[in-house]
Amino acid sequence: MSQRSQVINVYKKLLYLGKDWPQGYHYFRDRCKRAFNKNKHVVDEKQINAMIERAEFVVKEIEALYKLKKYRTLKKRYYE
Amino acid sequence: MSLRVLVGCKRVIDYAVKIRVKPDKTGVVTDGVKHSMNPFDEIAVEEAVRMKERKIASEVIAVSCGPSTSQETLRTALAMGADKAIHVEVDPKDYSNMQPIHVSKILAKLAKDEKIDVVIVGKQAIDDDANQTAQMTAAFLDWPQATFASKIEKDGDHLKVTREVDGGLETIKVKLPAVISSDLRLNEPRYATLPNIMKAKKKPIDKKKPVDLGVDLSPKIEVISVEDPPVREAGAKVKDVDELLAKLKELGRI
Repeated sequence: MSQRSQVINVYKKLLYLGKDWPQGYHYFRDRCKRAFNKNKHVVDEKQINAMIERAEFVVKEIEALYKLKKYRTLKKRYYE
Repeated sequence: MSLRVLVGCKRVIDYAVKIRVKPDKTGVVTDGVKHSMNPFDEIAVEEAVRMKERKIASEVIAVSCGPSTSQETLRTALAMGADKAIHVEVDPKDYSNMQPIHVSKILAKLAKDEKIDVVIVGKQAIDDDANQTAQMTAAFLDWPQATFASKIEKDGDHLKVTREVDGGLETIKVKLPAVISSDLRLNEPRYATLPNIMKAKKKPIDKKKPVDLGVDLSPKIEVISVEDPPVREAGAKVKDVDELLAKLKELGRI
């Protein structure tokens, strides 16, 4: 996969996750877009790779965050 | 021997949504509200998929009863790793009267038709909190049941299930076929990722009607009234310890 499509791919993944964001999709999309825009001038291949890796890491973190939030809410509602 | 697993999944109002009661007290507002799969059913689907990954199960079939919107829930189950899905189509009008007993009858019939070895469902749905479906399904099928499972292991022709009971755990051995209901600590369900949701669109969804399964949907229970829980009363500030003690005495707490 070319680097360009890798970036687009991870951006899409993030936007998809953003639909469940607690403060709403728009809040998430604006900030996500800003974060990507900030680095749009980067041309160094290695640096871009590091950034893609970071974005993938954020995807994992958000998934974990959602899981934890759901687990905690249910635990609080039914077990305390 | 590998098992065929049936998992029930219900579409409910998302756990994060603030529930509003309808002004006429007949139910809660569902229009335009975000829905998702019942979290306990997600745990059930996850367990079935893990059983397949450990080669204990051969096929995982997800079932949902409800109007056409229930298909979204089935897609999620398919994206999590279920092999196929059965959508039992219920009219929105009938669905508002549908109760666990009807779902149990449908699940029992499907379990027989599809030659199922294990039925896994969530212990309760977060909308009606009935906690009846697993128990009644087991009764209709005359199969053993293992409710509130927090661990499931295969042990020869049996399943060894650890159950969450008051103040501890209970380990039981159940003969197959059996009905299991999942508790919160059984596993951590995976997130249905975007690529998997896309792939899930190619997986088959069978459509069935309750009539085809010989299930009568006439209600057995009448809902008399649905009301908000009481609002928490505001507290009061006290200046010092003496005032606090005086107030507590006044209320008869000390």
